[in-house]
Amino acid sequence: MSDQPQFTVKIDQNKYLPEGGREVHAIVSVESAGGAVASGASAGAQAAEVIIIDTSGSMTYPDTKLRSAIAAAQTAVDTLRDGVMFAVVSGSNSARMVFPQQAMLVPANDRNRTAAKAELKRLTAQGGTAIGSWLRLADQLFDPYQDGVRHAILLTDGKNQHESPEELDAVLFRCAGRFVCDCRGVGTDWEVAELRKVANALLGTVDIVADPADLVADFRAMTEAAMGKAVADVALRVWTPQTARLKFVKQVMPNVADLSAMRAEAAPQAGDYPLGAWGAESRDYQICVEVPPGEVGKELRAAWVKLVVPGAPGQEAQVLATGNVLAQWTDDEALSTKINARVAHYTGQSELADVIQEGLAARRDGDLDTATARLGRAVKLADEAGNEAVTAALRKVVDVLDPVTGTVRLKANVEKADEMSLDTTSTKTVRTRKDETVRTRRSEV
Amino acid sequence: MNGNENGDMDGEGNDTAVEANETAANGSATGEGPGGTRPGAGQANAGDAAARMEPTGMDATGMNPAGMNAAGMEQSAVKPAELACPQCGVVVYPGEAFCENCGRQLIAGRPGNGAPRPSGRTRCVGCGEAAVDGEGYCEHCGMKQPADRDHLEVELATPGGPVAGVSDRGKRYARNEDAFAIAPHNTGVAAVVCDGVGSSPRPETASRAAADTAATEIATAMGAGAAPGDAVRMAVRKAATAVAGLAESPEAAPSCTFVAAVTGPDGVTVGWVGDSRAYWLSETDTSPAADLADTGELNSSAVTADLRGDPNATSPDAETLPLGPSRRLTDDDSWAAFMVASGALTEAEAEAHPNAHVITAWLGADAGEVRPHVRSFVPDRPGTLLVCSDGLWNYFPGAGDLAAVLRNAQADPAADPTGAARILVRHALDAGGRDNITVAVLPMAATPSTEQAR
Repeated sequence: MSDQPQFTVKIDQNKYLPEGGREVHAIVSVESAGGAVASGASAGAQAAEVIIIDTSGSMTYPDTKLRSAIAAAQTAVDTLRDGVMFAVVSGSNSARMVFPQQAMLVPANDRNRTAAKAELKRLTAQGGTAIGSWLRLADQLFDPYQDGVRHAILLTDGKNQHESPEELDAVLFRCAGRFVCDCRGVGTDWEVAELRKVANALLGTVDIVADPADLVADFRAMTEAAMGKAVADVALRVWTPQTARLKFVKQVMPNVADLSAMRAEAAPQAGDYPLGAWGAESRDYQICVEVPPGEVGKELRAAWVKLVVPGAPGQEAQVLATGNVLAQWTDDEALSTKINARVAHYTGQSELADVIQEGLAARRDGDLDTATARLGRAVKLADEAGNEAVTAALRKVVDVLDPVTGTVRLKANVEKADEMSLDTTSTKTVRTRKDETVRTRRSEV
Repeated sequence: MNGNENGDMDGEGNDTAVEANETAANGSATGEGPGGTRPGAGQANAGDAAARMEPTGMDATGMNPAGMNAAGMEQSAVKPAELACPQCGVVVYPGEAFCENCGRQLIAGRPGNGAPRPSGRTRCVGCGEAAVDGEGYCEHCGMKQPADRDHLEVELATPGGPVAGVSDRGKRYARNEDAFAIAPHNTGVAAVVCDGVGSSPRPETASRAAADTAATEIATAMGAGAAPGDAVRMAVRKAATAVAGLAESPEAAPSCTFVAAVTGPDGVTVGWVGDSRAYWLSETDTSPAADLADTGELNSSAVTADLRGDPNATSPDAETLPLGPSRRLTDDDSWAAFMVASGALTEAEAEAHPNAHVITAWLGADAGEVRPHVRSFVPDRPGTLLVCSDGLWNYFPGAGDLAAVLRNAQADPAADPTGAARILVRHALDAGGRDNITVAVLPMAATPSTEQAR
């Protein structure tokens, strides 16, 4: 991978803490640019793709779900560039190879694409839903290709009813870091929280495709994005002082996903947080470190952030870029009370995701006061952040009386799809409104 | 750092006496120069740290009288060579910054040109682990290590005994904008302390350039046989030119204060511009009553005349004053000094006033013609010459205050000038460390002339 993209890490924070201050927040912006991001056949990294289609019985109610899923999978197969190793899997109570017949990946070429599409056409739907078993087969298929970009698409229409949550958790634990999986729910009989858990564990996205007719475009977009990845398995290595505690590491752009639980110890006082595969793109992360209070004037490196490609066991990681999160105590309130705009923005959007999910849960539970309060807060936060997608989704669930104060009334009748859309949209963030005007704070020399 | 405004006097003596200089200091008119809001970044334990972080290569072991070494042959080629490189013994010219033979640094006090410390496994000043990385952070506790200039200690052995300088960033500013340089000359030593004016751009470059230029110039001039007073005046002129040369425009003129002290067989000569000071601390001051000797030193007529730009006011420094008990040797070019000298305020009132630290003279492209005050003294007893920035004297303004600090700490400047300088810096830090602190300590035995007189 000689044409690896150029990575940059940028830190946004207010390093100044008041006397006795302990909590350091920073936004870590990671951007990759240039490099051999695959646009044609000559890709930088080897890629592997597994397409998983739910073929449980419910996919035929209505029949358009299965037909659209097949069409979408066929489009995904067409979008694979030549040479990408791929397979198509169908899932019900257990997983089954659709193409090829053996449990293996084959290179994308005209013959294999044609054969795969023909096999997809013959799919029928029956049986239940056991997502863990589908992922286990995908993991097996990806196993020989751990050096390349590994991406799966999982489409389902129902709840994971035919295996226990513990079984699913065990599979997710096993598969974490082994491949990235974007999850899509079709129709309205699946559970957003459940699929979100899968997507978060496998560093993918979750979304609702309420109208089966939209599946084709969505699959094409996902496959194209996967084909654009040039580096697999990037990790954020976060060093913290001996006496500090890393409170959380979250992805905050393009969507909110808490990575804290995914820490893998990497070096003394340092842990790796997996960031998945990267093409030419940018993502933002928020980290929070608790440090012991220092004397006024003292400066501390509260975290040392390195973007790395972890090496094989015993090998040094390849460091792509680094950044310092600093803490400096001051008795100047003008400095310590200044809030970094990007930290504030993303803190608000994390809260936005939380209050939407809490509000929807309260609404389902019949706790209308809590639902009104949370969703009202969400309207206010979304308005402040300029998150128009979330604002639009909220307006299908609540009547907004005043967006500035967050005064809302719950709508009496809400389409299930609208509620689920709001749920899946809740974690999608937008950049700060005038992001380009946010200055990078350099450490003082 | 000198966190003050450059200001012009309107001569009216009221609270608005200081106005931003329209052509030169308008950037500071808000009273909050870049330095004004800068956070502290000092090392609370810098004193301890220093013991471990002492820059190597600066603990000059002395300038041996030449003529007794391999360089003797060159002696005929040069003027009466008095100095030799302490490292290789080759004859060096007074004022040379580096030995031409071995590269040894000869003028002490410059911390290199801002290059980061070598990244080796230096011990952390915070936790003591040998884990300081190339960026200057401890890989164990994360603490930012002091930069070269954040805390600097220099001790120089001279024929008259060791002299020392210590400079510290303090606890409130991110950067040390003070600079000092100590240069031995044929018959003594010269120490220069400069304090960058916080409201000017890149003040740390001004203080650095002024201190280096002046120390070099004094040593060179003394080597050429100049009188100390002339050497100081010439040094101020050269330093002023060097500092003025740093300005991109008169509106963006790096500037600094200046104080130099030169010792020699004839006594002590001090010269200054601004509010950095020199003190004489008599070794035989045992009684706190000596504080009383530290009053009424403002030469009010001279100060007043200076401020009015009377060209005749600055010249009469030919007089040589006797030096007995501890006292301050300089009179600040400052608003406070002016107010006191003109009788408008008491010293305490002036010091408490917000304008107290506004200086009325400085080196810089916006300073106009710089006329230093120069005074010479002949000590009649042993003592210590102290040259310092306001980061120290803000907390200990009287010579008696400073003497008491050393006396209470049982410091022996003659035997351990670095220790004495550290004690003073430590006390300024403990008292708040609101500004950069720089102290040069030049112990002096009684001058020969005095001894003869006895």
